[in-house]
Amino acid sequence: MKKGRKGINTKQIVSYGIMIALALVFSYVESQIPAFFAVPGMKLGLTNVVVLLALYKMGNGSAMAINILRIVLVSAMFGGPSAMMYSLAGGLLSTVVMILLKKTDKFRIVTVSVAGGIFHNIGQIIVAVIVLNTTGIAWYLLILWFTGMITGAVIGILGAELVKRLPDKLF
Amino acid sequence: MKSIEKEKKSLKRDMILLGVFVVTGLLILLFVLLTGQNGKSVEVSVDGKTVGIYDLNTDRKVEIQGLNGKNYLVIENGEAYMEKAECPDGLCVNMGKISRQGQSVICLPNKVVVKIVGNEAEESSDDIDIIVK
Repeated sequence: MKKGRKGINTKQIVSYGIMIALALVFSYVESQIPAFFAVPGMKLGLTNVVVLLALYKMGNGSAMAINILRIVLVSAMFGGPSAMMYSLAGGLLSTVVMILLKKTDKFRIVTVSVAGGIFHNIGQIIVAVIVLNTTGIAWYLLILWFTGMITGAVIGILGAELVKRLPDKLF
Repeated sequence: MKSIEKEKKSLKRDMILLGVFVVTGLLILLFVLLTGQNGKSVEVSVDGKTVGIYDLNTDRKVEIQGLNGKNYLVIENGEAYMEKAECPDGLCVNMGKISRQGQSVICLPNKVVVKIVGNEAEESSDDIDIIVK
């Protein structure tokens, strides 16, 4: 974003590599946690920590790129095409919302993350409506709305601390 | 340099936005509660196609042939729940009992949706919130 330089340099390549690797590890760790949440689609969203870090340390485009690459790789390794649809819809929508909120420069990281959590779930619900061809999901939307807020807040607190503590020159 | 969270940034805007989120959530809750009369029948669909409608007040067991395995639905005392499922995660079994209109149990791997519906007439106007195609 504010690098004032076109193209990509070695350091950025390394940063992208590290962030994507980190996101992959988080995704894997999360996939190993048995469904402690009773509702499908409900996750802690650990990888969102990485997206938040990328968003605030590397810029909007980087956050989007890392998130997309992460989702494609994770789906290829652990999921499948249908998992990829859900993840992409959730991931893209939440990242776009977080970028927009961050651009206003009026909100704290925690708030941005809460919005990201909610819209991640909304993206998944939209796909569920299309794929399953059902509209009886108001109940589901209700649960995912609130869990999105809670997990978004937890991840946001974690992410905000990391953004504050990690030196900018690392990225 | 890069945008770092400013400590002195006012909390007010954050609180307003978070408040909007909470209120919206409560509105969804209200919507669910208001439209959630006890349903009359259980609609079972696989991959978007309805494969059966059963009376919610008649106790019975239903074997559903899903895309990748079978799901075993139990209707008992005006409630429906998934007893067993041949899917990797078994999440639908954990989704519990449903009895109110609009509630559903969804098994993603088998693309099975079990939904509580009321009369066909109120069905169409009542519980559809959004249709995205």
